[in-house]
Amino acid sequence: MLIALLILPLLAAVAAFVLPSDRWRAYLVPLGGALHFLVLAPLVVGPTVTSSGNWLVFDPLGKLVLSAISVLYLVCSFFVPGYLAHYNHRPNRFFVMAMLGFLSATSLVILAHHLGLMWVAMEATTLITAPLIYFNRNVKSLEATWKYLLICSVGIALALLGSFFLAYASIKNGLPSSLLFEDLVKMAPQLSRPWLHAAFALLLVGYGTKMGLAPMHTWKPDAYGEAPGIVGALLAGGLSNCGFIALLRVLRISQAGGDGAYAHEAMIAMGLVSMVFAAVFMVRQNDIKRMLAYSSVEHMGILVLGVGLGGEAIYGALLHLMNNAATKGVMFLAAANMHRTYGSKQIADIKGVLHRLPVSGALFIAGFFAITGSPPFGPFVSLFTILGQMMKSGRFFVAGLFLALLGVVFIGMGASVLAIVQGRPTALASASPDREKLWSTAPMVVLLAFVLVLGFYIPAPLQHLLEQGTAMLEVTR
Amino acid sequence: MVHLVDALLMAVIILNFVALGSSRIRSSVRVVGMQGVILGTLPLIVHHTVTWRGVVVAMLAVLLKGLVIPKMLEAGLHPSRAPREARPFVGFISSLLLGAVGTGLALLFAQTLPLAQAHTGLLLVPASLCNVMTGFWILTTRRTAIAHVLGILVLENGVFTFGLLLLDAMPELVEAGVLLDVFVGVFLMGILLKHIDRELSEVDIAAEPMTILREE
Repeated sequence: MLIALLILPLLAAVAAFVLPSDRWRAYLVPLGGALHFLVLAPLVVGPTVTSSGNWLVFDPLGKLVLSAISVLYLVCSFFVPGYLAHYNHRPNRFFVMAMLGFLSATSLVILAHHLGLMWVAMEATTLITAPLIYFNRNVKSLEATWKYLLICSVGIALALLGSFFLAYASIKNGLPSSLLFEDLVKMAPQLSRPWLHAAFALLLVGYGTKMGLAPMHTWKPDAYGEAPGIVGALLAGGLSNCGFIALLRVLRISQAGGDGAYAHEAMIAMGLVSMVFAAVFMVRQNDIKRMLAYSSVEHMGILVLGVGLGGEAIYGALLHLMNNAATKGVMFLAAANMHRTYGSKQIADIKGVLHRLPVSGALFIAGFFAITGSPPFGPFVSLFTILGQMMKSGRFFVAGLFLALLGVVFIGMGASVLAIVQGRPTALASASPDREKLWSTAPMVVLLAFVLVLGFYIPAPLQHLLEQGTAMLEVTR
Repeated sequence: MVHLVDALLMAVIILNFVALGSSRIRSSVRVVGMQGVILGTLPLIVHHTVTWRGVVVAMLAVLLKGLVIPKMLEAGLHPSRAPREARPFVGFISSLLLGAVGTGLALLFAQTLPLAQAHTGLLLVPASLCNVMTGFWILTTRRTAIAHVLGILVLENGVFTFGLLLLDAMPELVEAGVLLDVFVGVFLMGILLKHIDRELSEVDIAAEPMTILREE
């Protein structure tokens, strides 16, 4: 059944290649998303599934991340046919194929329990997203795609070197040559410590590049800024989380090898640095999509910070992954709607969104409050849990910095959000024939409802997964 | 056998210097291609037992690193356009000097690394470190898109060199390294450089960096 998660989207991609009609082809994206979700749902609530040979394992961490991605993908996919119909002068064959391939490749990253296979899958996600970022086919999107591929190839090369180091850590001490995660975790106490140490550093940088942690985040504002909003949603809520889970897999080996303390401190430092970079660039940011990209840098930082802190903060980080994915979906789709109607994504050009696009405007404001950690939305709960652990473990400096940075982001982002939703729409926007439709608003409503519910109530199966995931990453410190 | 391997690795290190010191992109492309050919054949020499799988991987590596990628890069170099890296952030002479210092440090550092018994004294680890450092240096100090690709290729050659230590135990990881070539070779350069060429026809890709997107 695990194979079906990889094959079904690929079959849909083949269908997209064969189908001659641009209009009907677009509907393959929601179809692929729905099939993926239908196969996934029973697997998530069931026990851990393992493929023959242990190369693919669907464990609690994988279940959390893949269900976040599958839900986000399914909801966002209903946006795609309308979006592509709007740009019907552009051929969409490769876009649709890449969208479906994205689902398959991200699933493989999450299911893979083999160091080499996970690396190959990660490389595949980089490839498959390049045509999505280049969809607008202009000089700017070309530059963004180029930077994305260039920086991510350096990251992926370093991740490969890190994987080599990890493999060498076992060869050096004459251990059986296995690259399966479960074997590596079991053998970890006998691994050569210096090589394990170096491997973690390289893998943190390599997969951290993919996550968009600062200072390797520089591709992110460009790529998110130039990609269509729907792609931004999937990159921020899907692809970044793939880098995160890869890091968690390696972290478990480090922890089992007795090198956890160093790994945790490195993650805390990296998380705080990402938050600082994001806060600096979010204040006075003049492009809404770039602003959201920096928000993604910030929240990826919060995820590694939470895991680095340990204890309840791991629970908080895993819950935050869900919250962040859904909220980013709301905000990127709203940004896509504004970009379409106003013909610009510059904050100076967008005015009076509440007037011109009432649903998108209202949801953008709600999304802003949610992502900055205001009650009653889900991120409030997850951020508060992480803060609680900081207090509990006596890290008052980290807690102070964390709160201060959240405050700076709130003010910086708030000024931009208020500037665009208030006022009177520009003449260009008023003249635009674009109207809010069900396809352009319903996905945002669903995602925001999800974020709101998570603020009050965590369903029992999710709670169970969060606890299991936390237990996998928790070590006595 | 060990002597042959070390001599070839020495050649790889020397080629790094040529890449660091030359301003002509075409010769840098050739240098990286030669490095690829040498490194591609090394698995056959290092490997204790020659298998069909090993031969296929080595042939693929030589083909990609030595032939396909350099040809693609050269095809991207329009004859009418500036064939030189015009204004690197750090001059060629300084780069060479730093390269020499870096190589010395890599040799010293490799001696302190806790290597397995069979791997001590080999040039594999210092050569790998040299290439990784040279790759980063080219990536950070050059301005042109093609030079950046060359930087990645040199960096990647360094990663591949380290992988040779794992050849006996875990051949599949080394094969993954060849996949990285496919990635960089076919997608980064083959497809994207063509698009860049088409889109930026008025701007010379061999002389101008892409710097529209930035924080204001």
